[in-house]
Amino acid sequence: MSAHTSTRPPVQASAADPPSPAPRRPRRNQLWFFLVPAVALYTFVVLVPSGRGALLAFTDWDGLSPDRAWIGFDNFTAILDDADARAAVGQTLLVAVAITIVQNAVGLLLALGVNARIKSRNVLRVFLFAPAVMTPVVVGALWKNLLAPDGAVNWALDGIGLSSLKQDWLGDPDVAIWSVVGVVVWQFAGYSMVIFLAGLQGIPQDVYEAAEVDGAGPVRRFRHVIFPLLAPATTINLMLSIIGGLKLFDQVWVMTGGGPGHSSETLSTLIYKDAFQFGEFAYSIALAVILTIFVAIISSGQYWLLRRQEESSR
Amino acid sequence: MRSYSWRTFALEFVMLAVTVAFAFPLYVLVNLSLRDPRDTASAASLTTSPTGRNYADAWQQAGLGGAIANSALVTIASVVVIVLVSSLAAYPLARVTSAWSRAVFLLVMLGLLLPFQLALLPLYQTIRDLHLLGTPWALVLFYSGLQVPFATFLYVGFLRALPREYEEAALIDGATQFQAFRSIVFPLLRPITGTVVILNAVLVWNDFLTPLLYLSGSTQQTIPVAIFGFLGQYVSQWELVFAGLVIGSLPILFVYFAMQRHIIKGFAGGLKG
Repeated sequence: MSAHTSTRPPVQASAADPPSPAPRRPRRNQLWFFLVPAVALYTFVVLVPSGRGALLAFTDWDGLSPDRAWIGFDNFTAILDDADARAAVGQTLLVAVAITIVQNAVGLLLALGVNARIKSRNVLRVFLFAPAVMTPVVVGALWKNLLAPDGAVNWALDGIGLSSLKQDWLGDPDVAIWSVVGVVVWQFAGYSMVIFLAGLQGIPQDVYEAAEVDGAGPVRRFRHVIFPLLAPATTINLMLSIIGGLKLFDQVWVMTGGGPGHSSETLSTLIYKDAFQFGEFAYSIALAVILTIFVAIISSGQYWLLRRQEESSR
Repeated sequence: MRSYSWRTFALEFVMLAVTVAFAFPLYVLVNLSLRDPRDTASAASLTTSPTGRNYADAWQQAGLGGAIANSALVTIASVVVIVLVSSLAAYPLARVTSAWSRAVFLLVMLGLLLPFQLALLPLYQTIRDLHLLGTPWALVLFYSGLQVPFATFLYVGFLRALPREYEEAALIDGATQFQAFRSIVFPLLRPITGTVVILNAVLVWNDFLTPLLYLSGSTQQTIPVAIFGFLGQYVSQWELVFAGLVIGSLPILFVYFAMQRHIIKGFAGGLKG
């Protein structure tokens, strides 16, 4: 329709705003057309394949042949019976929690540091955030060298007199996954820092000053005044890092390939291996469904928390 | 404590030390990439006679030129599509208050809960049947759909806070709704468009798993896949690999250092929701 066909003068309506959509409605109904490209793409790429995935998890599909049989929960019980898969699921949860705690603790300390009145704070910010934009594959390859038995990390430990801490960081099954966790924290601590920093900068100056006048020391000021005001930034940071941790793939794949043995396997490396190395498509999709459930629980929990914070701050 | 006290000085010193330790791996990266392979000094000690030969070799052997071109194509095309379709879709979702609008919004937000690993495998089959496997367009299609929920979420949040007067004035003047969107609303979205561009460009450029699947077995590669293959092939020649890593990182680091203020703001701003 062209704009000329609508003769109603909307002047009074807009003068009477806010929301009085009644006179505008005939016009705005044409707007659904704007949704078509996005909804079509989203349906084709996300909704339909995800829905099909959720169904295929209950079949014995091998990824190639057109015929498949409905096998109920067999894939899921097979996962429960598979010690390697169980270990990978447990390890993924553990790793996600570890990354979340360490990355945010480091990120918060860095944010407090560069939010202080130091002269170099702008430069430091730029360097501390830089790893977060780098390609995880590049970061993984770099650290694969640094963490080698004769790499720079062991060299540095020798240099500062801590030779007893030297390890085969990626070759020891007990250590490998934690080395990967360390690399992820190194890469993304700056990311957490930036979000905490945005939170810190949103706190009005007089709040700090009032707490100071009241005689609160730096630790008490942080615990009782600053940290509660950082709640939204904390929630977002926790969610981002835990979901990122649950999906962890690139760094593991580059640095250890899930090894030695299966010691550093995560849900995502297992999904990839089962589907593309062993042809167990349906089994692999069942693992992806488990991942989805974890991610969905955490995302909705986060959404609920943020909503509650927003309501209580009003 | 407004002044620069000795405490501030101590903190400054600590933070500088922390940042140097943080940046140390990047120093090793550049340092080793400039080294002659026969030089056996520790990776951390400064290279005494730097050479550019690793860079020339890595450039030739890793096919990084083609990979950078592919990554640039995929990133630019995906980001353009994401910005166009999501801003367009966000407009009715933010302005129309009817039930269907709310239902569509919730349906799109559902996408924020679904990890892409779930769609990846079933979609693999569809893309194979469309004969798009091994082409960069498979990736453009994938990212364009995958990022609709997050980009739309950011746009809707921004639009809800944007007054309607400007677009209404245009409609009174006889503009069609599309004209009002294109020439009035879209330019006003610029700050959030910046955030959408930055977040999505970094995500698309760095993604590894999707091109690993959808481009496997073809000669087309993106930077992460090319780097991964190069690493596997020359794993004992670290000087060469490191030169490849530097070349592969230069585009994104160059953009980052040129626009750091905007990029850091984009990351922080977008995620405040």
